[in-house]
Amino acid sequence: MTGSIMDTFFEECEELLEAMDAGLAAIEEGDQDPETVNAVFRAVHSIKGGAGAFGLDELVAFAHNFETVFDDVRSNKLQLDEKLIQLLFRASDHLSDLVVCARDGGQIDEAHHTVLISALAEYIDEDEEELVFEPMGMGAAFEPAPLAEVQQETSYDIRFHPLKEMFATGNEPYFLFQALADLGTLTVKLDDSELPGFDAMEDGESYLSWELTLVTGESRSSIEAVFEFVEGLCELSISSEGDDAAEADALAALNAAFGIPLAEDDAAVALPLEQPAPEPVEASAPAAVEVEEVPDFAEGAVAEKAAVAKKDAAKSSGPKPTLRVELDRVDRLINAVGELIINHSMLAQQIANLDASDTRDVETELEGFKNLARDIQEGVMAIRAQPVKPLFQRMARIVREASAATGKTAKLVTIGEATEVDKTVIERLADPLTHILRNAVDHGIEAPENRAAAGKDKAGEIRLTAAHRSGSVCIEVKDDGAGLNRKKIRQIAIDKGLIPADAELSDSEIDNLLFMPGFSTAKEISNLSGRGVGLDVVKNAVTALGGRVSISSVPGDGSMFSIILPLTLAVMDGMVVSVAGHTMVVPITAIVETMRGNEDMINNLGSDGTLLSIRGSFVPICDVAGSLGLRTSTTNEPAGVYLLVETENGDRCALAVDDIHDQRQVVIKSLDGVCGNVPGVSAATILGDGKIAMILDPESIVTASSSAAVFDTDRRMNNAIAS
Amino acid sequence: MQLQAETKHTEHSEFVSFTVAGQAFCLQITQIREIRRWQPVTVLPHAPADVLGVMNLRGAVIPIYDLSARFGLQQTEASERNVVIVVSVNEKPVGLLAESVSEIISIDPDDIQETPQVDSRNTMDFIQGIISQNDEMVRIINLNAVISSPEQVSL
Repeated sequence: MTGSIMDTFFEECEELLEAMDAGLAAIEEGDQDPETVNAVFRAVHSIKGGAGAFGLDELVAFAHNFETVFDDVRSNKLQLDEKLIQLLFRASDHLSDLVVCARDGGQIDEAHHTVLISALAEYIDEDEEELVFEPMGMGAAFEPAPLAEVQQETSYDIRFHPLKEMFATGNEPYFLFQALADLGTLTVKLDDSELPGFDAMEDGESYLSWELTLVTGESRSSIEAVFEFVEGLCELSISSEGDDAAEADALAALNAAFGIPLAEDDAAVALPLEQPAPEPVEASAPAAVEVEEVPDFAEGAVAEKAAVAKKDAAKSSGPKPTLRVELDRVDRLINAVGELIINHSMLAQQIANLDASDTRDVETELEGFKNLARDIQEGVMAIRAQPVKPLFQRMARIVREASAATGKTAKLVTIGEATEVDKTVIERLADPLTHILRNAVDHGIEAPENRAAAGKDKAGEIRLTAAHRSGSVCIEVKDDGAGLNRKKIRQIAIDKGLIPADAELSDSEIDNLLFMPGFSTAKEISNLSGRGVGLDVVKNAVTALGGRVSISSVPGDGSMFSIILPLTLAVMDGMVVSVAGHTMVVPITAIVETMRGNEDMINNLGSDGTLLSIRGSFVPICDVAGSLGLRTSTTNEPAGVYLLVETENGDRCALAVDDIHDQRQVVIKSLDGVCGNVPGVSAATILGDGKIAMILDPESIVTASSSAAVFDTDRRMNNAIAS
Repeated sequence: MQLQAETKHTEHSEFVSFTVAGQAFCLQITQIREIRRWQPVTVLPHAPADVLGVMNLRGAVIPIYDLSARFGLQQTEASERNVVIVVSVNEKPVGLLAESVSEIISIDPDDIQETPQVDSRNTMDFIQGIISQNDEMVRIINLNAVISSPEQVSL
């Protein structure tokens, strides 16, 4: 039992930490909204509360310090400056480390922990704990403190009547007042006029109300925040001296009238009861409400209704209601939908094979079935799709830590955080992105003095962008550093024997040498990137997801990594083709154009090279059957169909296949764990007749065939990627 | 090893015997998930000779090995008469092509003889014991040795 409650706690922690990071990021951006500060405060507070319940003392202690500092920020006792924000960021990172430690076990960095605690402690005002409030029992009025020390102090009249439900949830008015007293000078007056005689008193009913006067420099929202946890459990009206006092009183009366059955016959009954209430601050407040002010009263009611409506609207625009579902269940559903799609194509095939004279009606219905299946599939996919925001937020931390470790200043700007990507993709993207970002800080961004010399802002900027682009997701990491040093890269590649010394390489080919295994440009091994593991790890991870990664660079202006990923890992649109008697599927996204082959289009180049002429330009031909080892003899006969594909670095190639059958949606079945990585094949799918067809990977087919022609070492690269 | 530990507890173990390239082999019945008639498989490009391809088993893609080629015997010309024995290796289904299934034999674990020393290392690894059945030698296959393919290790 405890286990499952704890799991829930940690799940919530993750969400809270995300909210906290988002809030801090907004504050760093210059968000002045007190609600943002409150949101962060609440997140830390909730983590502390939950951790307390499970006896996670270290977490509680740290969260408490963190929270205390934030509370001062919230009450404007502390000014948020750059230094404090950085500290808060580090504290938030540490807090999430502590949560992870509590969840998975493991040791936290004690030294770091102590440093942060003492750094936070510096900000904590010792007098802070002193309360103006002195508990004197219920109904005791408090001495008004010296008025208006701060210019903007406002006096708020708060009328508070707890409903009996509030007591049932264990809330205590005393603590609320204590919290209010923290905000400023509080005067409390008990209204016990509702109290019936002992004989009429009902057990558990709430009869008491309070009138509070708070003089404070705080905003209204911070007062409301005090009552946040009893929202809906009490009748509350807050009015400041700026408000029409009469209207406020009318509102309070209205609340009283609606809430308390005793006063239900006439609002006026409740009103006189308020008369004895002294108005210590606002002398001009009316002592009585005249009958002719009833129109005002009505107006007040309307205004209140409007306010309520507005509040509701605000609520609905807040976090949408969500449902926690085990990932397993979603995956089962996805599998079932995959089977449904396969089943549809089987049905379609059976009907086509039927010896019936008129199948048109059935086909129409089948088309409807197909559309429904597609709707369901998209719906299920949408369940798995998640915004990249949490991933990007984690990356902000990576950049922070990397800049701290290298002594450079780098800022992460994220764009397109709302872009939704399959959950698995997001999970498996974390490592490659971390690697790229560390690289960007370590190698991309120059040292501050070099930046200044180049006329750039001392702080480097790294842009992390996510966007949907024609059926795939594009993630870009762009830094404004020095760009790639192509001469150096080339030299290293030659030194390490990755390319022959006389290799003729285009700029983009040199850039992409970075992805070769065993390539690392860092002269000495820094503790960030360059642990002997190069960007080939990134490439492998992205390729495993069915994606592509490429790099482009402008000297002096920085470099950019682009990662293109499929939207989903489960279904894709494919072109069904036949190759040497085998049925295979080519992803539609890779195909630029298809054309029937004829002899005039084929041009020989050298002994075994062939080019296809398309409207005056020549494109190398790659025989799919040959490259997959399904047919050895290469003839100059034109193939049935050519599929013009474009690779990541812009090269075009014509894939020669025998025939095109169909274009359809196919369910991707991973070959992971079935037979390892097969060169030229990305996955498999099940066709309508129940047979398995290979899904081809045009990119690797093209690189395999073109690199063999360019230089031998490239083949080694492909083999390394393939294995 | 695991097999022997298990068989100690039961008086008789049941084995399914089948022929591969004319020789008799067997697997413990609990290791077999199902036996299917051979159907043409989808060829995997660049696959080694003993990997015939992949097959659709109720929506799952499973690899099919040619046991004969795996044991270093001649490659099987698969036809309708042949069978695919589906076994589970490390929780993953794998299909093994055999010539035909013979019978279910019930043997006392004490009757299992150790594999005699022969010169071939592979044989020693793949065969974990032999049984004498009707004057014929039936070889007990060590499934983990047969299927721990280099591809799976590289994953």
